[in-house]
Amino acid sequence: MTPASDNLKTSTFELKSAVDFVVVGGGGAGAVVAKELSTAGFQVVVLEQGPYLHPDEFVHDELRFKDPSNPLGREVLTNDHALQPNTFRRSANEKAARQPTICYGRCIGGGTVHFTANYWRFHEIDFIERSRWGPIAGSGFSDWPITYADLEPYYTKAEWELGISGQAGASPFDPPRSKPYPLPPMPVKSSGVLLERGARKLGWHPFPAPLAILSHPYHGRSGCQHCGFCEWFGCEWGAKSSSLATVIPLAEATGRCEIRPNSYVRRISTDKQGRVDGVIYFDAGRREQFQKAKAVVLCANGAETPRLLLLSQSSLFPQGLANSSGLVGKYLMFDTSASARGTFEHPLNDYKSVQVTRIVHDFYDSDSKRGFYGGGGIDARFDVYPIGFALTSLPHGAPRWGTAFKRALALNFNRTMVVLCHATALPVESNSITLDPEVRDDWGEPAMRVTYQCAPDDLKNLTFFSARALELLDAAGAVEKWAGPVESPTDSVHLMGTCRMGNDSNNSVVDKYHRAHDVPNLFIIDGSSFVTSGRNQPTCTIQALAYRAADHIARKAKSGGIATPL
Amino acid sequence: MAAQIIPTDGTAGAREAGVVYFIDRALTTFDRERQSVYNQGLPLLQSRTGEMFPGSATFSSLHSDQQIQLLTAIESADFFEVVRMHTIMGFLSDPEYGGNRDGVGWKLIGFEQKASFRPPFGYYDAEERR
Repeated sequence: MTPASDNLKTSTFELKSAVDFVVVGGGGAGAVVAKELSTAGFQVVVLEQGPYLHPDEFVHDELRFKDPSNPLGREVLTNDHALQPNTFRRSANEKAARQPTICYGRCIGGGTVHFTANYWRFHEIDFIERSRWGPIAGSGFSDWPITYADLEPYYTKAEWELGISGQAGASPFDPPRSKPYPLPPMPVKSSGVLLERGARKLGWHPFPAPLAILSHPYHGRSGCQHCGFCEWFGCEWGAKSSSLATVIPLAEATGRCEIRPNSYVRRISTDKQGRVDGVIYFDAGRREQFQKAKAVVLCANGAETPRLLLLSQSSLFPQGLANSSGLVGKYLMFDTSASARGTFEHPLNDYKSVQVTRIVHDFYDSDSKRGFYGGGGIDARFDVYPIGFALTSLPHGAPRWGTAFKRALALNFNRTMVVLCHATALPVESNSITLDPEVRDDWGEPAMRVTYQCAPDDLKNLTFFSARALELLDAAGAVEKWAGPVESPTDSVHLMGTCRMGNDSNNSVVDKYHRAHDVPNLFIIDGSSFVTSGRNQPTCTIQALAYRAADHIARKAKSGGIATPL
Repeated sequence: MAAQIIPTDGTAGAREAGVVYFIDRALTTFDRERQSVYNQGLPLLQSRTGEMFPGSATFSSLHSDQQIQLLTAIESADFFEVVRMHTIMGFLSDPEYGGNRDGVGWKLIGFEQKASFRPPFGYYDAEERR
């Protein structure tokens, strides 16, 4: 592969002359949009607050990269709470306190650089679940303004352009697809074999996990070398299909796309007619800059996107930009999961290779017989590294130091696996991103305030999945098994719903092509567009939405300009 | 303390891994903020030694079972928690940080640091291939 920072042919644009598009955020969505629009002939500047990293920097150093089990890691790939704090509270009655809650990729490639690379399409039901299930009190449960069929061609495009490994038709629950996966699934690991054995015994239907990791060389990139450092790490081989390894080089190769890292956007600027005319940002030296633009595409993730719209408040947009509905920042949906761990008689050596190789979708759909709304998917994985394992993952009740601790450590590192269940999160209006009235970031801008308490059905669903995880470990022959706590999440890496998509401008922020209802030349494409959470594996759908929106924006811009209604 | 948290028995422990060198380095580089925990904790450790075992001046002069008795008495203190965390890190982090000498920590748990592996990876996937 071509190392990212060796692409010195990158074009540069003047700040004062309006480029066709500024894309805010160079992650999973923004990089796709930048590649699509620059390929279609438009000038594009991507402003990304994080650095432009080279694959050589992706080393196997657990103390260097931050993951939740590592109290000393540094935020190389994700947002740094020392510089960009958020506050958290469970309800509007509480005073929010500083507490790391929001985690997102903060580098070129965004979260796709460090993600596990589970790459699940939504199912048909995800888009029409409100019609099928009915209303749920206390929630904003709604259908999407698009269907699975609308998005299917773009799922296929994402899978083939980025490089996804999987096996079409292996799951009886899979939605229809126009093409198989471009690459066969990854070789099964012991955790996958054990999931398969347990699931079959229970009458479930396990199948190979679709992953954004190359099982074989593809488009000039190396296939996976099974080093095991995927989740929370970048791939030094370029085998993870991050947007850094895939669409960023394609965007730069057009000669019409400038990637501008270390550029922290603080405000989207509007003219007297209420149209976007550019973006104000801090450069690497914290100097304020203004990039003029004919249109802006906001892809800053489900937490920073609404924050930036609220920060862009003005006399024309007193509630924040694109917020006449009052819904910017609301209906936040978090990564909602239940887990259990188990140990086995023989070594799994599951620290090798990709984290996940087999999954189960038997409980994907809601079922009224369970007595509550909710569904999810189950995977088997090992996603801790040696230090994190010793600090967080020994069997319940294991000694914490001394000879017996050492023995438990030696015995279990290679014999442990995790069953992780990814579950629905209902959209609740009070769950939100707002601006904190007191706390500021290191640049002096108001910090984000997060309010989150999951819906009662979400907790019932997690309890259900926690029981399934234990049942699966039991059926797989675990020697010991123990479940993680079932509770409302207080942190999240999946950030959804805060600028929801809809046909009615009174109860949504963007239309079905991601244009802000209130601002004709502002588009918003990332997890914030989600109406429902799917089963909390959002990246595939975020990228399919980005391909679809970019296709539409490019066609409309060519045929009549983007400042007029599409 | 580190040598009690991960003792040397039939296999290498914190002592052979050079955990104390890791801790020295951590406290003067990337974990400077925790110096104060040690500055307050070490004198307390010595005074507890004197209280629990009159006549013994230093923790290191105690017999192993006395050390275990003392550490059990303070295992819920912040100081113990931080030393435990640093010991684990010094035992299992990349040897370039000064601990985990010759990869003895990784050897104990069965972790191989390699850029590339080939299947089969473990017992059960190997069994499935047969």
